[in-house]
Amino acid sequence: MLLLTCPHCGVTAEETEFAPGGEAHLKRFGPGSDDDAFEAYMFNRKNPMGVHFERWRHAYGCGKWFIAARCTVTLEVFGTYPAQTTEPPAGIVETIKAKRPEWEGYK
Amino acid sequence: MAEAASVLDGARYTGFVTVADAGLRGMITLRGDLASDAVAGAVKDAVGLGVPGQRRVHAHGDRAVAWMSPDELLVMVPYADASEVAGKLAQALAGAFATVANVSDARAVFTLSGAAADDALCKLCPVDFAQLGAGEIRRTRAAQVAVALWRSGEGEVTLVCFRSVAEYVFGLLRNAAAPGGELR
Amino acid sequence: MSRRLASGGRLIDRARPLKFTFNDQHMSGFAGDTLASAMLGRGQVLAGRSFKYHRPRGVVASGAEEPNALVGLGKGERFEPNQRTTTTELFDGLSATSQNHWPSLEFDLLAANNLVPQFLTAGFYYKTFLRPRAFWKHVYEPIIRRSAGLGRAPDAESRDPDRYELVYGFADVLVIGGGVAGLQAALAAGRAGARVMLWEQTAHWGGRAPVDGVEIDGQPADSWIKSAVEALEGMENVSLRLRCMGAGVHDHGYVLGNERVADHLPGASGPRQRLWRVRADRVITATGAIERPLSFAGNDLPGVMLASAVRDYVVNWAVSPGRTVVVTNNDDAYRTAIALKEAGEDVPVIADARDEATGALPQKARDLGIRIMTGTGVQKVKGGKTVTGVALCRIDSDGSTHTEVLDCDAVAMSGGWSPVVHLWSHCGGKLIWDDAQAFFRPDPDRPPLGHDGAGFVACAGAASGALGAGDGLADAHAAGAAAARDTGATGDAGHPARAEAPEEAPLRQVWIMPARAGYALRMKMWLDFQNDVKVSDVQLAAREGYHSVEHTKRYTTLGMATDQGKLSNINGLAVLSDALDQPIPATGTTTFRPPYTPITLGAISGEAKGDLFQPLRRTPMHDWHAANGVHWEPVGQWRRPFAYLRAGEDVHQSVNREVLNARSNIGLLDASTLGKILVSGPDAGRFLDMLYTNMMSTLRPGKCRYGLMCNENGFLMDDGVVARLDEQSFLVHTTSGGADHIHGWMEDWLQCEWWDWKVHTVNLTEQFAQIAVVGPKARALLERLGGMDLSREALPFMGWAEGTLGGVRARVFRISFSGELSFEVAVPAAQGRAFWDMLLHQGRDLGVMPYGTEALHILRAEKGFIMIGDETDGTVIPQDLNLNWAISKKKDDFLGKRGMERVAMTDPDRWKLVGLETLDGSVLPHGALAVVEGVNANGQAQTEGRVTSSYYSATLGRGIAMALVRRGPDRMGEVLRFAGAHDARIEARIVDPVLHDKDGEKLHG
Repeated sequence: MLLLTCPHCGVTAEETEFAPGGEAHLKRFGPGSDDDAFEAYMFNRKNPMGVHFERWRHAYGCGKWFIAARCTVTLEVFGTYPAQTTEPPAGIVETIKAKRPEWEGYK
Repeated sequence: MAEAASVLDGARYTGFVTVADAGLRGMITLRGDLASDAVAGAVKDAVGLGVPGQRRVHAHGDRAVAWMSPDELLVMVPYADASEVAGKLAQALAGAFATVANVSDARAVFTLSGAAADDALCKLCPVDFAQLGAGEIRRTRAAQVAVALWRSGEGEVTLVCFRSVAEYVFGLLRNAAAPGGELR
Repeated sequence: MSRRLASGGRLIDRARPLKFTFNDQHMSGFAGDTLASAMLGRGQVLAGRSFKYHRPRGVVASGAEEPNALVGLGKGERFEPNQRTTTTELFDGLSATSQNHWPSLEFDLLAANNLVPQFLTAGFYYKTFLRPRAFWKHVYEPIIRRSAGLGRAPDAESRDPDRYELVYGFADVLVIGGGVAGLQAALAAGRAGARVMLWEQTAHWGGRAPVDGVEIDGQPADSWIKSAVEALEGMENVSLRLRCMGAGVHDHGYVLGNERVADHLPGASGPRQRLWRVRADRVITATGAIERPLSFAGNDLPGVMLASAVRDYVVNWAVSPGRTVVVTNNDDAYRTAIALKEAGEDVPVIADARDEATGALPQKARDLGIRIMTGTGVQKVKGGKTVTGVALCRIDSDGSTHTEVLDCDAVAMSGGWSPVVHLWSHCGGKLIWDDAQAFFRPDPDRPPLGHDGAGFVACAGAASGALGAGDGLADAHAAGAAAARDTGATGDAGHPARAEAPEEAPLRQVWIMPARAGYALRMKMWLDFQNDVKVSDVQLAAREGYHSVEHTKRYTTLGMATDQGKLSNINGLAVLSDALDQPIPATGTTTFRPPYTPITLGAISGEAKGDLFQPLRRTPMHDWHAANGVHWEPVGQWRRPFAYLRAGEDVHQSVNREVLNARSNIGLLDASTLGKILVSGPDAGRFLDMLYTNMMSTLRPGKCRYGLMCNENGFLMDDGVVARLDEQSFLVHTTSGGADHIHGWMEDWLQCEWWDWKVHTVNLTEQFAQIAVVGPKARALLERLGGMDLSREALPFMGWAEGTLGGVRARVFRISFSGELSFEVAVPAAQGRAFWDMLLHQGRDLGVMPYGTEALHILRAEKGFIMIGDETDGTVIPQDLNLNWAISKKKDDFLGKRGMERVAMTDPDRWKLVGLETLDGSVLPHGALAVVEGVNANGQAQTEGRVTSSYYSATLGRGIAMALVRRGPDRMGEVLRFAGAHDARIEARIVDPVLHDKDGEKLHG
């Protein structure tokens, strides 16, 4: 069971206080988008063995959404950051690169 | 006349910790820019307290303000004053992007008193109570429902939950505080 | 014959005798006894029968690794099967029964299985019971279920009366195991200043050291242990807990511990057990090592025990198994011979598989006059229900001849030791094979990784492979100090204690005895005592191609019993490796999984039973419902009244009465469970336009509008009435179960997609008690309360007003889900019950009558109103329900708009909503399918629709239903056939779903 730190309220808590929200940094495709883009937005999810970005809500706490960067193999958490961003902050990317030199990078 | 009543009507249980229904409490949710002068002024005028920082609760007498999230405060006053205070806050914040809502009836409030209050709570909440200092509010869960709690006095913890689960939470607390369950 | 010695026993208190029963025989022991030591102390060697062959079985071990001596403990509602006698502390009045025998422990008819053991070899189920096919269910399975197995499950109707609880704990350093290594590790970490938690699974600190006669810091182990415990108890940053087993080590330093608070104190107040859920920065497992049995013929007979266990019984509990032959491949077992001899017991011989035995311990044994035979093993053990003798042979022989036969009561065996690596391995710690000591030990370079990517588990003492007390203490000190340092503690960890122990010579790897034993011997060599798996079974599996240890495990069931192979795993995989002619590390181990020993479900569920099983949400009027004949319906975690039963009524009669009364007088519905979410801010209208399929931003303050919410697939997820409170705020009503979900949904979009929009949401669901006042006399009742003008002109349909009703602040929504003149009144929840009572009181002469959710459903179905969850199932779009009117064509975008444009969503063949009228007036089964001729690829009937709602309408005097039917609205008047029970077909005609007050005169009244 994971331990995560909510970047909004600063609490480090166990997984049961959070609710997962799937892959982070999805771009929404709405009316006017073609079928392929819409399908990808709706259904095609990454399932990496390694570095992954995923959404969590501090459901039993401040109620805010944040994003956790973690390794799906070792469960190491590289960092968490507020969800109000379309891509991982530079600091997080740097941390990951230092710890996982083989990582191909974000996108 | 339609008297207002708390769910548990002052119920009390004494085990190795005393659990008591704290009765109705005026509670107002205030959402807005907590760093703004508007919010600070409105809160100061309404309850005479400053805007608390992250996870802090400020209390004086029967009034308190708690930090609930980066854009939310919980303002606490006597139940009978809640409507009026909510009205004042709303008026003071009329020009700002802020939302004020009276949530006094949506909650149940308990106090746990006794030196071993933490020993009862740690059976329900995944919280390191040794690290919970005075003046800090922790939102968490008690068994299967959301709660917020803070140290409200010497050997006393105040716990707030939703009204609909008040009996469940009272049952949890009674069970956790039952004699023989001391952690030594 | 085993018996209690006249003196000694470091753990027992002879001044406090305790009475207990075994199979209803009265026996007695002493305070400090385990059930196993007490039984052995009064000569009860036979403890149970084995799983497959019903062979007699006795105690093998003295701790958690015990595979044989399992009993049923307690009676009636406190009965618990499969409890190890070796870990059960004796108490006055304890009652135990043996397991898996028929008809009695002493005389077991099913032991006939034992006469033809080749009949039950590995994989025999798979091979034997294939044909005839029907025999499995009716003949083979019942026989096998009767003969195989361990304890009986407790009576399904009984309820465990004891209390259990969870505890969330936190530590910098959690030390699991309170032997000398664990104490040393805790001392180091505690002195350094870390917050330390120390657990010991037994009732005593110190582990094996006192039994093994170790001297620490120049004093006997017992006195060092005492002072170490006192020192730890004196540290404020250290907490100690006996009877607490480290059950599992999980991700991110999450550790489960099972504390048996009062198993040994029946009738004590407080919880019986606790499940500790601890987060620790660093975990040190000081879990010791477990001795391995030797595989020789007849090694499962009662009286054959681990050498260390024999020593424990003698030293700890003053129980001797009698005249004992010691069989070993190492020096350590000599301690057992010495302990027996020093206690005055007879040890006729030590059979040592090694060619020479010259170390300090063998020398001491020799000095005591014990005969030592090197190069010698056991050919076979003699005896029926207990050991009567042992035949010895040359270790390297095929065992066809013996060298000597000795009479004895017991055999003490030692095949070497294996570190307890379970907890290390649970979360991914890796092992390395130590060939010199013949065991797998933790590889410190490949530990389990924590949230920060660093290793968070370390092993200490014997658990890390440092078997000697001296090495173990140094190792444990280093582990404790390092763990504390890792957590930021800066204090001085002090120095490790020094232990004196005799040097020990290397062991000889012996996996079967004698080395070239023939089949007749090998099929009597037990590996897994509990699951009755023998050397011959593993060898057979290897011959049949089971080369993977995981496959062999499942094929033979080796290590799959409740002891998880604590004694058998290494021996089993050594035999497998030998059969495969490969080194042991090439075979590898099976996976260690939590819990270390079984945990009762009571401890896992903690407080969650009875009333606390799950939260039950109550509305402010809950108690009134409960006192007035309510028949509850769970709606999410809410309890809502389904109907209120009056004397002499069944539930259908109640529902019909409630429906008719709402249509003719006044019905009251507790609608407090409806979600009420305040959506406020400059962009609130824009936001709701995205959330709802229709336009909300154009709603005027004071007005209400019904709306639909879809997910991005276009599938309906919620509906409800939105009231505009003022220019910037809306009150969104959601379905009863949907408030939390929809609030979360809103926050998700606001926080993660449109975070620049100025919108706040506040979930006000529980702030208000909401009561629907429904029926032709509804207005008359509310006007009677006084305080608001609720006339048709002042408050028209789909309007709302705020004011005071009967002295209570209220919002009144003039909306209707029943088709009647209807007001929904929201008052502060704390006054909800009082307001409800007021309505009942004031409306008595008007025929006011509460109604439940079933009447609510019928009233809405008569009007053709849809219900989320009935007409929708997560695959239904608004167009399927003919709700196109509620989908805005003006909006460029809303959630679900793109999803609805997909080809499958615009297919004219989609199933769409219609009403149904059965030809015979009957009520269609809920969910019934409309069937057509032919079958699909799976041989199932073809279908073209299904019933989504079906009720008896008291208003219309017949069954009514709604259904989704292929091209339904185009097929008005057509008769469909619906599948009923037992292949019945019910005919129903497609009609307009609106069956009541089609023109809406009542609704707008």
